[in-house]
Amino acid sequence: MYTTKYHKASDAANAASLLGASPEAKILAGGQTLIPTMKQHLAAPSDLIDISGIAELSGVTIEQRKKLGVLKAKGGETITIGATTTHYDVANNADLAAVCPAITGLAANIGDPAVRHRGTLGGSIANNDPAADYPAALLALGATIHTTSRDISADDFFTGMFSTALNEGEVIKSVSFQAPANAGYGKFPVPASRYAMVGVFVAKSIDGDVRVSVTGAGDDGVFRHAGLEAALSSDWSSASAAGVNVGAEGLLSDIHGNAAYRANLIGVMAKRAVDAA
Amino acid sequence: MTKITMTVNGKAASKDVSDNTLLVEYIREHLRLTGTHVGCDTSQCGACVVHVNGQAMKSCTMLAAAAEGATVTTVEGLATSKDDLHPMQVAFKENHGLQCGFCTPGMIMTATDMVKRYQEAGKELTEDAIRHELEGNICRCTGYHNIVKSIQDGASKMTAA
Repeated sequence: MYTTKYHKASDAANAASLLGASPEAKILAGGQTLIPTMKQHLAAPSDLIDISGIAELSGVTIEQRKKLGVLKAKGGETITIGATTTHYDVANNADLAAVCPAITGLAANIGDPAVRHRGTLGGSIANNDPAADYPAALLALGATIHTTSRDISADDFFTGMFSTALNEGEVIKSVSFQAPANAGYGKFPVPASRYAMVGVFVAKSIDGDVRVSVTGAGDDGVFRHAGLEAALSSDWSSASAAGVNVGAEGLLSDIHGNAAYRANLIGVMAKRAVDAA
Repeated sequence: MTKITMTVNGKAASKDVSDNTLLVEYIREHLRLTGTHVGCDTSQCGACVVHVNGQAMKSCTMLAAAAEGATVTTVEGLATSKDDLHPMQVAFKENHGLQCGFCTPGMIMTATDMVKRYQEAGKELTEDAIRHELEGNICRCTGYHNIVKSIQDGASKMTAA
């Protein structure tokens, strides 16, 4: 690993100012991607700003929905997850599992137990790996990403492979979303890495809006699938998802599978996601 | 160079290290505790697993600086003495849970962590659960069967202890 200068940030504002002070600085949260990348000399940040110890950036809060008019079946709570909340803490939060089991289940299958103890939600979305799980969840859940300078919708946040709308000196503080009426995640992991070869997250809001996102398959990172959204909007069933003809254009071909294979997997994973929801 | 201080196996440790020092380098090269191994060095094999503040982590994928002030347990910290091994170590010995032994320190640290978590949550640690929990630990000798047996035995020994 190349030499670097380590800083321990005292709070989010301090992290943002340290980050802004050096053009080659990077934020270090759990480091489960950044440290391996640095070891391979694929990243050489001049400065590392460690935010893992900042209490205000960690934890899950769930705000109950105000009961207005007819009480709907379920969903609608406002869920906020701090940027440095580990995958383990998301996966094992019983209150969160009660209102959005799709996201706790997703977190429970990232990496391995030791990685989940250290890796964070904020790190995953800031890196926006094209095969990461969390970007799919946040995009389908219509989440908002709260940073040290603004709020960004997930639709605007994920701008392409390993690329986000974050500016220099901007640090993710938390993400929030409304608990869905129904949501599920179908993931076909690459056997060696356990990253998603294809992952499909389906979500139906309490207002009946359906959003479907796909990770692992797009040649420019996570994306929403209009065909699956239309089919599941008119009929929320695995048969409806299975009936969608998913094209291979814009999909990734690599050593693990070609675009046509991934296109087929998108349909299969969408079906499983609806079954799991 | 920065002075990094932590508690390792119950003893205070303090060393001047460069900022890019990994936790596993701090443990092996600066504290000379060579029970923690480096296998793949790419976060996959789990030979470097130690407990940081009570949770299993890959010490090759963490900076020593990030463990400043932490409580760290390595495989050397499990047994109270050479003649009084930790129940999980006894189980690996009795069940032939190793052949070459290179992965064993990480296996044992992962095993004690998983047993503790399952026992605290009141969940049954089934054979399937053990195999799933071993996702991040690679063994190239045993074919895992005796490791799984060892962990099952170790779990009951830890309950009894």
